[in-house]
Formats: sequence, structure tokens, C-alpha cells
Amino acid sequence: MTISYTRTDMLPAMAPPVSQRGLVKWLRENMLSTRLNVALTVLATAFIAFVAWNIFPWFWNSVWNAGSLAECRAIVAASAGEGASGACWAFLKPWWGAFIFGHQYPVSDRWRPVLAFGLLFVALAPILFAGQRRNLTIIFSVVAAYLLLTLYLASAPGLAFALAMLLVAGLVAVSQVQPERLLWFTLLYPALCFWLLWGGSIWSPIVAMAGFGVLYAIFRFASPVIGFAPAAGAGVVAAVLWWLFADAPLAGTLQEMIPVDLLRVPSDKFGGFLLAIVIGVTGITFSLPIGILLALGRQSDMPIVKMLCVIFIETIRGVPLITLLFVAAFVLGFFLPPEADFDLLLRVLILVTFFAAAYLAEVLRGSLAALPRGQYEAADALGLDYWRAQRLIILPQALKISIPAIVSSFIGLFKDTTLVVIVALYEPLKGITHLVRQDVNWKGIYWEPYIFVGVIFFLFCFGMSRYSKYLELKLKTDHR
Amino acid sequence: MTMAAELPKENFRLSMLIFDTRYRSYTIQAVVLGLFILLIVWLGYNVDRNLDERGKELSISFLWQRAGYDIPQTLIPYTNDNVHFRALLVGLTNTLAVAFCGCILATILGVVIGVLRLSNNWLVSRLMTVYVEVFRNVPLLLWVLLSYVILTETMPAPRDFRVTDEMAAAGEAPAAAMSFFDTVAVTNRGTNVPSPLLERGFGSVDLGFVSVNLTFLAIVLVIAGSVYSYRRLKSHARTVQESTGVRPVTWWKSLLILFAPIIALMIALGLHWEVPVLKGFNFQGGILVAHAFTALLLALTLYTAAFIAEIVRGGIQAISRGQTEAAFALGLRPNRTMSLVVLPQALRVIIPPLISQFLNLTKNTSLGVAISYSDLSGTLGGITRNQTGREIECVFLMMAIYLSISLTISMVMNWYNRSVQLKAR
Repeated sequence: MTISYTRTDMLPAMAPPVSQRGLVKWLRENMLSTRLNVALTVLATAFIAFVAWNIFPWFWNSVWNAGSLAECRAIVAASAGEGASGACWAFLKPWWGAFIFGHQYPVSDRWRPVLAFGLLFVALAPILFAGQRRNLTIIFSVVAAYLLLTLYLASAPGLAFALAMLLVAGLVAVSQVQPERLLWFTLLYPALCFWLLWGGSIWSPIVAMAGFGVLYAIFRFASPVIGFAPAAGAGVVAAVLWWLFADAPLAGTLQEMIPVDLLRVPSDKFGGFLLAIVIGVTGITFSLPIGILLALGRQSDMPIVKMLCVIFIETIRGVPLITLLFVAAFVLGFFLPPEADFDLLLRVLILVTFFAAAYLAEVLRGSLAALPRGQYEAADALGLDYWRAQRLIILPQALKISIPAIVSSFIGLFKDTTLVVIVALYEPLKGITHLVRQDVNWKGIYWEPYIFVGVIFFLFCFGMSRYSKYLELKLKTDHR
Repeated sequence: MTMAAELPKENFRLSMLIFDTRYRSYTIQAVVLGLFILLIVWLGYNVDRNLDERGKELSISFLWQRAGYDIPQTLIPYTNDNVHFRALLVGLTNTLAVAFCGCILATILGVVIGVLRLSNNWLVSRLMTVYVEVFRNVPLLLWVLLSYVILTETMPAPRDFRVTDEMAAAGEAPAAAMSFFDTVAVTNRGTNVPSPLLERGFGSVDLGFVSVNLTFLAIVLVIAGSVYSYRRLKSHARTVQESTGVRPVTWWKSLLILFAPIIALMIALGLHWEVPVLKGFNFQGGILVAHAFTALLLALTLYTAAFIAEIVRGGIQAISRGQTEAAFALGLRPNRTMSLVVLPQALRVIIPPLISQFLNLTKNTSLGVAISYSDLSGTLGGITRNQTGREIECVFLMMAIYLSISLTISMVMNWYNRSVQLKAR
């Protein structure tokens, strides 16, 4: 018997049938698995096709250069045929400055907010990317490039240009040598930002910051002698006295001796995204410490402190932000001394900070309650006093687990900054857009300005939520 | 065992108020209370001085003065001869109307989107993710303004609905047409919808201090009766199922019990619809729903639905996969698994954050002030405050009302929450 042919080696596996591989398999599994799924896919495809069919030509025919809406329409009709629809983004050219800085902010001084915005990221970098030299370098170079470009575009004076570049270069050097020292710039940034935005004498913010120096010095020397809380109290009293009595005369004298000042810009000239960012960033910055104190007060076992905190938090959370803005605009003036001169923006900032702090306190309360009881007991067993236990054991963990919620409350606050239009501040969404829509040239435009403002808000908010996802992953220490 | 007795009996010294942790909390509380009282006194003193300077004093008697302004949309009878308090009530009912409709619509839309986001259809789940991200990350005010502007500026004017003789002769259609079988007309002035009219109402009885509308009472009674009978039917069916194992057929009885009585009542009352018709330059008859209402409701629904969708998705995902697998192993079909195993457990996770979304929606109705919707902040906080110049009273009254609405909602919803939570012993 002869065996004509015997295979000695294994055949390679055949490819699966067409329906079981590649795109077809994926489609069958993900879009066409059941009858309901087929129906949903058809519906969704029809919807996407409908939207694309209507919106795509509109975007495709966009006009960027025109003097008025009528001219835009004419250009679209000429290029795409009669009856074609096309977006008209040409309004951005005359109104760009108003959208970003407000229509009243002095044009010659627009480099100041631009500089303050760039330095904001330099100030945030040591907190956002603590100790990561690579990320710090990336951020600093991006900011330096941004400042080079925007300061040039905003035609900043040469001296400001040179000083800004020097500052960034110095900070880059510090970040390479001792990155942890960068926090000092973060601490000084509020005063610098205030001076850049509002202008006036440089000595008022410097002397005001010196008040914090007084506070710290007294606390530092007194705390070994009289303990933590009394020393902090003494420091606060001294600082308040400094601000009440020493601040104004000292700043005045210094200004007379060495005059350094910028054009003063009153708050009612602020507008556009500058206003939204000022309110958002101030609210976020100041609400964090107040919110932490309120949350701790609410957890405290002292009934009076607890009751006051609960009343504050629940009252503010129970009313809409608009009523608080009404308070800022119409009522707060009655509660301050008649001779005090608080302008509208400052009053709005106070109320917005309270609002954000109450929400933050509620978020933190949840995380404080979520910490295992053993953490508190361990802190007690180590012999830590209340503030040390909170600072070293409780708050780092509580803040960490509440990051997503804190960030989403910040996103909410940033979106809510648009409501200040109710009290006649020119925020971008209604304030400036309304001006554009009232302009004779642009009367009848509505999709484009709203889409423009909406996209910018979306970028900010979406960016923040992505960052919180990143932070959540980075700070995760449990192994799952 | 005699530790307590061995503690040194110290005499109380003043320094212990600061250095002894047993007494320190009293010191701190006394200081805090003192500072708080000082703050209150200081604020009160400032208010007093400021009011003196402007020649005003605090009083809420202005609420009983003639309001003198018109409100475009009112749910309760109101003319400009009514007092400010009546205007306040109109604003309050307008606020509650938007909040109520918004909560229901946002919940429905949110649940649909949340479930679709979990769908294993790639295209649909991506589409819903885009919806959620877009609506969550853009200010609510943008949606309010955009829907209002689109409604008021792109909708046809009433005259576009007119069919002139020449057009009828030439067989041309008018520029705009009514929708829903010629019953609803959306114009740039508002949405005209048909209004229900009753031929034979029961009238009302005056009880001296309040007049009771008998028709309304009859409708409420009939609906309550139907719901009660329906629940009886269900509980009877359950008893039968538990004793015999066979569930009696109830669906046609349920439909009959729920709908027959109310339909019979409506026929008895002679219900018919008054359809808006174009007369002269505007539509007559029916109800004119202001665009401010529609826009606010639309925006609140779309915006809040994005948040509710996330809550629903999170709630369903929080139920472990093992629950579904166990239900399948018991032989339950997918829809029974969903309704009997997954949803009851997911509800416990969903309800607490859902409550806070309802609260947010209710508070966000105050954004109507941006499009001149006459809600509480538009009437009391807006025109009344402006006309009477009583800022402190109006603003604080408004805050108190919003606060009590919020507290009521959270109380009711927390009560509901307790009734569905797991009863742990």
C-alpha cells in the first residue's frame, strides 16, 4: 500500500469567516446585534446625517471678513449660490476685544489682563504639577511663548515686556534649582494680579500683603509660648489692626517717595471673559479655605459653632445664586458702613465666594464622613492636637477623595459667573452678546455669538473636568 | 478599677479655660458667639444708619398697596389693580409651574438618555455621551437665551398664517401653517394652544373665606377614586397570585378603572376644545403660552436631563454584574431582570442625587429673569422692588420663599427616599 501524500506539517489556521472578523464583526456586535439595536442604529444614523446635512454647509460657507451681517449674507449668496446658508463670524473682528476684556476696558492697557492671565498659569503650576520638573518646564515655556505673542499683539510697553520676560526667565531658573520655592510666587500672585488688573499704586497691594507677613511673624513667635489657636488669634488681630490703621498711610507715604503706578481701572469697566475669569478664579481661590473651615465647623462637637455653620451652609444652598446677586447689588450696601466704598464687583465677589464656599463645605462634609473612624482615632492615639490631626491626617485624605466633586463644583461656579449679567455687569454671554446684537451692523445675528461664547466656556469646563480625571488617577494610592 | 477616684481633684483655675481641653471648647464657643453677636449688632447698626440717611424704614405694608403693573402670563387671576402680594403669588405660581413641568420632563429625558448611554450600540452611546458633555459644560444661561431668541426671532409673525382671497384663488399656501392638525400655532409672540372649555360646570360654592370650585373638586375626587380602586385591584391580584401561583389578568380592568370614570365625567361636563383662530392681526381664543415659559422650560429640561442621565448611568452601573447574572440563572427574562432586580436596587443609589438635581432645577428657574419671565424673582425681586424701593424687604422675602420651597422639596423627597431605602435592622 502506498500512501500517495501525507502532510507532515501543520496547516496555518484559516481566517475566520468574513462575518466573524474585522469591521463586519464589529458592526454586527456593536450596531446590529438585535432588532432594537438595528432600529436605534438607523435612527442615530439618520439623525447624524440630518444634522450634518444642515450644519455642514453652514460651517463650510463661513465668512470671516465683512463689515456687517448684510455684507456677510451677500458674500455667502455670491460664493455659494442664492439661498445657501452660511455662518458669519466676521462680527468677531470688531468685537473680539469686547468679548475678551469688556467694551470699556482701556484699549491701551489690555496687555495687563493678558499678562495676569499668563502669570496665573505660572502661579498655578507649582500646585497643579507639584515637583514634576518636566511638566513645569512645559507649562513655563508655553506661558513664555503665549506672553511673547500676546504682549506683542496687545502692544505692551517695552518695559512691561522686558520685566515680564525677566520674571518668567527667573521662575524657570527657580523651577530648575528649587521647584518647591515656586510656591512663594503663587502666594504673591494675588497681589500682583490685583495690581495688574485694577492698576493704581503698586504700594497698596504690597503693604496689604505685608499684613499677612505681620500675621505670620506674630504667629511664628507666639505659638511656642501661648499655643497654636491663641497665637493664630493674636496674629489675626494684629493683621486686622495693620490693615485698619497702618495700611493706608504707609502705602500713601511710600507712593510719594517712590511713585510706581498703573492707570487705575474701576471695576465697572471690566467685562467679557476677563470678568468671568476674575469672578471664577477669585471665587474658587477664596471659597476653598472658607469651605474647609465651614466643613470642619459643621463636623465639630461644639454645638454653637456647629449650629452657626449649618445655618450658613443651608441658607446659602437653599436659595438661587441670583437672589444672592440681588443681595450684592441692592442689599449689601445697607449692611456696610455708609462711608465704606465697596464697588459692585467687589460685593458680587463676596457673595459668589460665600456661595461657592457653602457648596464646597457640603462636598467636604461628605468626604470627612466617608473617612474611616480609625483615621481619627489613630490621629488621637498619636497625640496630635486638633489642628495637627486635621492638617496631617484628615484633610489630605478628605480633600483627595473629594477632588471630582470639588472640581465639578468649580465648573458649576465658572458657568454661574454668567449670571452676573442680572446685576448689569457685562459678562460675555448676555452682556457683550447683547451689545453685538444691538449694533446696527450685526442686528439679527444670533447663532454665531452664542456658539462662540459657548465653545469657549465648553473648552474651559471640559478641560477642568479632564484635569480632575487625571488628578484622581495620579493621587490614587489604593491598589485595585 | 478605681481610676476615676484617683484623679487629682484640681480646683478650677481660670487658666484652665485655655489650656485644659475639657474646658477649652466652652471658651471657644463663648468667643465665637460673642463675635457673632458683635457682627449682628454691627450690621444692624449699619442698616439703621443707612436707612436713616435715605429716610426709609423697614416694613412690609407695601405688599398691600396697588401693584399697578401688568404680568404677561398668569396662572391665577390678576390685573394691575391687584396688590403687590397678589403679584408675588403670581410669580410664585409661575416659578412652581416651570419647576414642576421641568422636573417631570427632565426626569423622563434624563432616564432615556442615561439608559441609552449604557446601550451596547456604539453609535447611540457615543451620541448620548456627546449630548451629556455638551450640555453639562456650557452655562445654562446660554441654553435659556438661545432657545428664547430662536423662538422669538425665527418663528413666523401671525400675519404669515393669513390666507388672503388672492392666495386662495391662486391655490397658494400661506407662509406659515399651524401644526398638530391645525390646533397649535407657534408665532413670534408666543405659542397658541387650544384651551379646554366645559359646557356644564358645577359652579362653585362660597364658604365665606374661600370659594371652592366644584368642577375642580369633582375631577380631583374622580381621579383619586380611580387611583384608589386601581391599587385595590393590584393588591387583590397579588393576593391571588401568592395563594394560587396564577396571576389574574388585570390589564384591561386597570385601563377601564383608570380612564373610564374620568372620560365619563368629561363627557358629562361637556368638555370641548377652543382652538385658536387667526382674527385680524393676531390669534384669538385658546391659551397663549409665553415664549419665556417655553424657552425656560426647554432649556431647564435639556440641561438638567444631562445631569440626570449621568446619575442614572452611575446608578445602574453601581449594581454589580453578579445581580444580573443571578437573575438570569434563576430564569428571569431580561426585562423582568431589569424591573425586578436591577432597577429597585439602582433606585436607592439614584434618588439622593436626583433630589439635589430637582432642587437645582427649581433654583435655576430664577434664570427666567434674564428673558423677562415673570417668576418670583421677576415680580417680587424685579418690578415690585423697583417700584416700591424696598430692597431689603423684597430681597429677603424672596430668599425666604425660595428657601422654604427648597426645604419643602428636600423634605418630601427625603421622605420618599426613606421609603425606598433598604430597611436594615
